[in-house]
Amino acid sequence: MEYLIHLAILFAIYAILGISLNLVVGYAGLLSVTQSAFYGIGAYATAILLTGYGVNFFLSVILGMLVAGVVSFAIGLVLSKFNGDYYALVSFGFNIIVFSIFLNWQELTRGPLGIPGISRPLLEIGNWKLEISSNLHFLILASLFLILVYFISRFIVNSSFGRVLKAIREDEKAIQVFGYRTSLYKSIIFVIGAMMAAIAGSLFASYITFIDPSSFTLNESIFILAIIILGGLANLRGSILGALFLILLPEILRFVGFPDSIAAQMRQVVYGVILVLLMLYRPQGLVGEYKL
Amino acid sequence: MENQATKNYVKPIAVALRGLSKHFDGVRAVDDLSIAVEKGKITGIIGPNGSGKSTLINLLSGIIPSDGGVLIISGEKIKKIKPWEIAFYGITRIFQEVRLFNQMTVLDNILVVLTSRAPLKSLFEKHNQFYLNRAEELLKKTDLWEKRNELAINLSYGQRKLLEIARALANSMVDADPDIFLFDEPFAGLFPHMVKIVEEILRELKKHGKTVILIEHNMNLIRELCDYIFVMDSGKLLAEGEPDKVLAEKEVIEAYLGE
Ligand SMILES: Nc1ncnc2c1ncn2[C@@H]1O[C@H](COP(=O)(O)OP(=O)(O)OP(=O)(O)O)[C@@H](O)[C@H]1O
Ligand SMILES: [Mg+2]
Repeated sequence: MEYLIHLAILFAIYAILGISLNLVVGYAGLLSVTQSAFYGIGAYATAILLTGYGVNFFLSVILGMLVAGVVSFAIGLVLSKFNGDYYALVSFGFNIIVFSIFLNWQELTRGPLGIPGISRPLLEIGNWKLEISSNLHFLILASLFLILVYFISRFIVNSSFGRVLKAIREDEKAIQVFGYRTSLYKSIIFVIGAMMAAIAGSLFASYITFIDPSSFTLNESIFILAIIILGGLANLRGSILGALFLILLPEILRFVGFPDSIAAQMRQVVYGVILVLLMLYRPQGLVGEYKL
Repeated sequence: MENQATKNYVKPIAVALRGLSKHFDGVRAVDDLSIAVEKGKITGIIGPNGSGKSTLINLLSGIIPSDGGVLIISGEKIKKIKPWEIAFYGITRIFQEVRLFNQMTVLDNILVVLTSRAPLKSLFEKHNQFYLNRAEELLKKTDLWEKRNELAINLSYGQRKLLEIARALANSMVDADPDIFLFDEPFAGLFPHMVKIVEEILRELKKHGKTVILIEHNMNLIRELCDYIFVMDSGKLLAEGEPDKVLAEKEVIEAYLGE
């Protein structure tokens, strides 16, 4: 049971990450592979603020989102100069830069040693306090964040703004001549996506209670991309489905008889294979409406 | 005795260009071109393939930057225009090679240009009945209402062309409808009944005092629809005037036959 709750919490975190990236890749058509940078910024914000400054978890979430927002705005400005393959390539570059900052800014992040002893969220309303220490309670908290992110995203993609985003994905020049400054729309959605990813990072840090840079590599960004490609681009529920599938994958492998040590490694191989098969036979993903 | 008013009468100009140029590595697509397009008229632009007609429209709509020259739109001199600025000058266009939002529905292809141009405002905007009615009216006019929930990519070529025309008509800014329509070969590849629809649309625009710039290869349509035409050849102006007169000129006939 405890293990199922653990998986469910990871699922909620990755579903948030998937949705956050789907806004950028699926709806706006920006092939960004740098989401783990913003995920990491959220995680480090919470880790540093909780361990070093005794800040409340919920405040650290907001501050983490703000930092991710500012950083993503700057990155987005540079990325807006590129299109297509180059966009993806430059976004790789930013992921690597942010990763090396996590690794090398040792006064702040303790580098490869990581930050241990991050506390669980503390809910404080007046005199009433509740530490969300049990995993079940944490799952409820993570699910609430997932629901919040899902509904905000749904609101965005169903709005007129969301329709313009899709038009940008389809033909940016064509929508420009109708009076839309597309760079603004791209910046806004990139920042929103980054801020959502930061929420997932805060949850992750507080849940695992220890973080180090290895959780925020380029590989992680590709994993998030795999989630949304598997589930389907431009489909929010698809991202949830994709997260569920990729989190359960190692368990499925174990279930069909792979030994534990191999199941963990096989995961990488299998999601690679799934990606290749999908691109070959079902480029719109399981339930997506848009092909890369 | 001549009336003072008629003597000083100046044709109202919707768009003019002075010394406009565009080179593509060595090719002078538009070469020091100066023309003035009268307001409220249908003005044709004709010329052999590659004579620079589409490039001219692309310069006018900011799709490509010019190498020199000025645009004068509604009396305002403009050296550089960005694509998203043209809508604010009341200009709307269609592309020669159809450019729709393919993986969006037919209805969304129209609604997307009936949206607030302020990003944050558009987040909270609800489409009111007025916009939905407008979209319905335009899709019915172009015979696409039945197809409104199909993805644009699934339409036939002619239907795609019609949808792009409907989208150009829909392009209403919050407070200003378009006044100048740049139509780059709107009839190309259409079945006869579709040609009728587009002809009707052009006449209606003119009736409402709109300015239309029409690029077209079919001389019958040019004669029927245009009040005035410019003939381009190798990026330069070869001739201008009323269609019947210009199309009878020797150089014009030669330019076309010489293809
Ligand atoms: N983006 C571009 N890059 C390079 N050359 C271009 C580009 N666009 C146009 N040209 C060249 O500029 C010249 C004029 O092209 P343009 O498309 O304006 O002609 P056109 O009069 O519209 O022809 P058509 O009747 O075939 O549509 C051609 O020689 C064309 O090859
Ligand atoms: Mg052309």
